[in-house]
Amino acid sequence: MSARIPPGTFAAAALIARKDLAIEFRTRSAFLAALVFALLAIVIFYFAWDATAVSAIDLAPGVLWVIFTFSGLLGLHRSFGVEEADRAIDALLASPIEREAVFLGKAFANLVFVLGVQALAIPAVALFYNLPLARVLGPLIAIAVLAAIGLVSIGTLFSAMTANTRLSELLLPVLALPFFVPVVLPAAQSTARLLAGRPVSEAMSWLRILIAFDIVFVVACALAFPFTLED
Amino acid sequence: MTGSPSARERRGSDWLLPVAILALIATFVRAIYFTPPEAKQGAAQKIFYVHVPSAFIGLYVAFGIVAVAGGLYLWLRDERLDRIAASAAEVGVVFMTVVLVTGPMWGKPIWGTWWTWDARLTLTLFIWFVFVGYLILRGAVEDPAVRARYSAVLGVLGALLVPFIHLSVYLFRTLHPMPIILKPGTPSLPGNMLTTFLMSLISLLLLFVALVRARYRLAETLDALEDEDMAESPVASLRAESVR
Amino acid sequence: MPPTIEASGLTRSFGRRVAVRALTFAVHRGECLALFGPNGAGKTTLLRVLAGLLRPTSGNARIDGVALPGGAAARSVVGLISHQSMLYSALTALENVEFTARMYGVLAPRDAALRALQRMRLQDRADSPVRSLSRGMQQRVSIARAIVHDPRVVLLDEPYTGLDEGGASALSDALRSLKASGASLVLVTHHLGEGLALASHTAIMRDGRFLTHEPRGDVELETYRETYREAVTR
Repeated sequence: MSARIPPGTFAAAALIARKDLAIEFRTRSAFLAALVFALLAIVIFYFAWDATAVSAIDLAPGVLWVIFTFSGLLGLHRSFGVEEADRAIDALLASPIEREAVFLGKAFANLVFVLGVQALAIPAVALFYNLPLARVLGPLIAIAVLAAIGLVSIGTLFSAMTANTRLSELLLPVLALPFFVPVVLPAAQSTARLLAGRPVSEAMSWLRILIAFDIVFVVACALAFPFTLED
Repeated sequence: MTGSPSARERRGSDWLLPVAILALIATFVRAIYFTPPEAKQGAAQKIFYVHVPSAFIGLYVAFGIVAVAGGLYLWLRDERLDRIAASAAEVGVVFMTVVLVTGPMWGKPIWGTWWTWDARLTLTLFIWFVFVGYLILRGAVEDPAVRARYSAVLGVLGALLVPFIHLSVYLFRTLHPMPIILKPGTPSLPGNMLTTFLMSLISLLLLFVALVRARYRLAETLDALEDEDMAESPVASLRAESVR
Repeated sequence: MPPTIEASGLTRSFGRRVAVRALTFAVHRGECLALFGPNGAGKTTLLRVLAGLLRPTSGNARIDGVALPGGAAARSVVGLISHQSMLYSALTALENVEFTARMYGVLAPRDAALRALQRMRLQDRADSPVRSLSRGMQQRVSIARAIVHDPRVVLLDEPYTGLDEGGASALSDALRSLKASGASLVLVTHHLGEGLALASHTAIMRDGRFLTHEPRGDVELETYRETYREAVTR
């Protein structure tokens, strides 16, 4: 028998993330669907908007972060779909890696996915609503990353639970959306503040909630994940 | 845990339910006829006696039971804990629906609006969504052990969510000043109204417990019936299995 | 030497349903236990427990000396094959097998993956996406995936399903050479002939129990067929 050392938790997570991203890159269909959905929604919201009643800076943050949530959900759904299709998840669980590594790996792949969609959706929103993005770009990216971390923690865990239930596509949003409130609200409010030219410090009270949410729920979801697996 | 519940248990309700109902009736009579209306809000304020205790029971008692029973289930894997959690969730949803319905009923005559983003009402709304999601999840999963595990995870995470919703709503209301309605708050109630409030709280609590017990017994009976079905496994059809 | 697989009173239940009932058996180095039985007998559940996917409800079991549930130590020496391919259809055969090799910490994973595919005579299709392969070839990839880390224990749940002549002979060769190098096999199959060809011991399972459990000896296929029929219709 050859000498071998199974990868540690983070190394295994990296391998799983790489594998998930390779699969996604090979097919690209989920990414494109999420992106097209986001762009379509942005356009539709734009045409539903009465520019004389509401200013762009008041509306755009809400539009941005609501669309972020729904397009993110589209992508999250497929996260465990590939594992269920031919029971590849059994091979993963029968291997020596820790169960938490499966969660971390998939969550990281989902993070890349969501941020990828955001990287294109945010400029689109800025374009349509004529937003002065340049000066708030740094803080906005930080908000996007923090919001994405919260979104994928909950989304990856709930995706594991809903993957093999009936109504899985509907069930994931129904379960997850209440949990996204402490993500979307701080993200939208702090984005609005930044776009209105307020200093970053004013947005900090909102961002503190988001950061706390991220810390609590990344840990909670990673710990809860093994309970979603048959034992 | 094996064996069907006795005939008396199968009936579902017990002495507690009539007691709770009597207590409720007494409270309502007192609230409507014997408690003075609040100075500024008039008769509509009396909804407070239903609205606030129901919110307390739905948000903290029911949800607390769901979260704690869920957490214990993940540790001990005792199916009775899952049954308690599910029963509390179903009854809790009812109480929270009462909160969401009485809120507008209270707000409209006083402030002219059906809905306000009142802190308590908003928190109830979101936790109501979590509860409804919880029940839908249970409906979508067939295997009882899987269902129990998933429900427990959702219950515990939901409990973690509550403080964050509190914080978000609080910060929102602080930065976007809104009229404070659906008061008075409980500590500052004059004696008469406080007594009525406490009566209402206790009788609603009794009703909650009675309903949860009835629901639990129903779940117990259904599980017992399911086990009897499974015990008669179709061995004959397996024997007919042929081999190449 | 202690047996590679040993179980003593091993039980696994799902709620009130007992799938595996107080099983006691052992499989030593180089042995193959062929497990027959009707559907619902608990054979798949037994394999899943030995593979570390399910934990025992009660009783003891050891894989390579590690008591179950043994975590990474027990799982690292086990290879699992089922009738589901457990593959990622968008990735190539080589990528699938290499990924598994990395999960087990195999040194030089790519080379190991190519060797495993060679053993299953699939080296020409290494760069084909799995979804473009026939069912039989997918099963071969799945087998390559299960043996890439030279497991000491191989658990096979109806592995001949979907295999053509070439695939079946490649599988039998691979299993024989694994046995020769000291691995222990548990082979669940409906195909008495295939099972007997590889078995050193046989068992018939029903309702979670072993009705028979004996060395294979020299029993003829037809005789054993009768034994089987009698056992399951009793």
